[in-house]
Amino acid sequence: MKTMQTNVVTPDGSVFSGQVEMVSAKTQAGDLGILPDHIPLVTPLAIGAIRIKLNNKVELIAVSGGIMEVRGDEVNILAESAEVPTSIDVARARAAKERAERRLEQAKKDNLDFNRAELALKRAINRLEVSQNKI
Amino acid sequence: MASLKDIKTRIGSTKKTKQITKAMEMVSAAKLNKAQGKAEAFQPYIEKIREVVVSIASGSDGVSHPMLEARDEIKKTAYIVITADKGLCGAYNSGLLRETLKLINKRHSSPDEYGIIVMGKVGRDFFKKRNMPIFQEIIGVADQPEYSDIKNIASTTVQMFEDGLFDEVYVHFNHFISAMSFQVTETKLLPLTDFDEVVESGEAKEAAPKSDYIYEPDAETILNQLLPHYAETLIFGALLDGKASEFGARMSAMRSATDNADNMIGELTLKYNRARQAAITQEINEIVSGASAQN
Repeated sequence: MKTMQTNVVTPDGSVFSGQVEMVSAKTQAGDLGILPDHIPLVTPLAIGAIRIKLNNKVELIAVSGGIMEVRGDEVNILAESAEVPTSIDVARARAAKERAERRLEQAKKDNLDFNRAELALKRAINRLEVSQNKI
Repeated sequence: MASLKDIKTRIGSTKKTKQITKAMEMVSAAKLNKAQGKAEAFQPYIEKIREVVVSIASGSDGVSHPMLEARDEIKKTAYIVITADKGLCGAYNSGLLRETLKLINKRHSSPDEYGIIVMGKVGRDFFKKRNMPIFQEIIGVADQPEYSDIKNIASTTVQMFEDGLFDEVYVHFNHFISAMSFQVTETKLLPLTDFDEVVESGEAKEAAPKSDYIYEPDAETILNQLLPHYAETLIFGALLDGKASEFGARMSAMRSATDNADNMIGELTLKYNRARQAAITQEINEIVSGASAQN
């Protein structure tokens, strides 16, 4: 099967680089699957998991927003943070989730930092789900 | 003249100091290595973002964005100053702070015209002592910082610019040249006017074949998201650069301290041997004269 070069880069360095058969990402408008020879495309990503398919195996990478650039034979994912399941700190994500939930409770009352807490909660849930291969 | 014992004590303490400076030199060398690796890992990311922004900005529909436009009236300027948390690194902090202070004094007549965002303890104490307006500060940044460590301060700064609190943002940091040298550098962070030059010059034409992108949902939305993020990432890049210079500076400062200690130990040892020789000669003299007095 035809493959394409895929790079996942963050400010802290490259997280994934290699030939893949298919990339599926969660964009702000919904899920988007990319196969080789896709037309050039730039789109923002939502907080979610990227699925990378190669030899019938699927690898997950948790990203916290970013940009995906597709150029025929190459897919570049520029993410603020990206983690493969093994590098996710589950305890930390769980703590972040609880903290965000508490903040959301408070924020409902005085309507402060609601968005921020919501994003933090989304990131934490995303990390937990990816680490458990749930998606 | 110092007694034998005094000289010996001094040699001992200089040796101990040398051990410490030598260890610090080696630690800094290791950290410098890591910091350089980190800065290299960061490069592809910023270049990719730049490429996408340039291709959008040079697109035929002439997209514009408030962050790309220079403002007509500059009421308030922000300076992001990146210093270290501790000294012992030669002119790393002092050189940078002196330049910054000079520039600010030249450009502004009152503290209402500028604001300072400072990273590092040395810089914070410096500006605090002079009662200069510090808007944000962050101290205790890790030696090998992660993007998430400074995300908050970076995005707040960009937000301040978007809200119109600042009309211009500059970054002051020590640019890494080699392990032995660095240069005090000022770069204009916001507005991102340097894209205009890129777009007007040939560089954009080179990128043009790649610019037939489909923008999903549209170019403007992507710019809205990408530009603030680009600015934040640039701050992180300056921090990484500054960190590499810091370790380079500390390494060479500690190396010269070690060399000085070596020289000093040499001199003191010579002095010690002379004093010892003098004492022995004197003792022989006394014995000889004592013996001859008895005959």
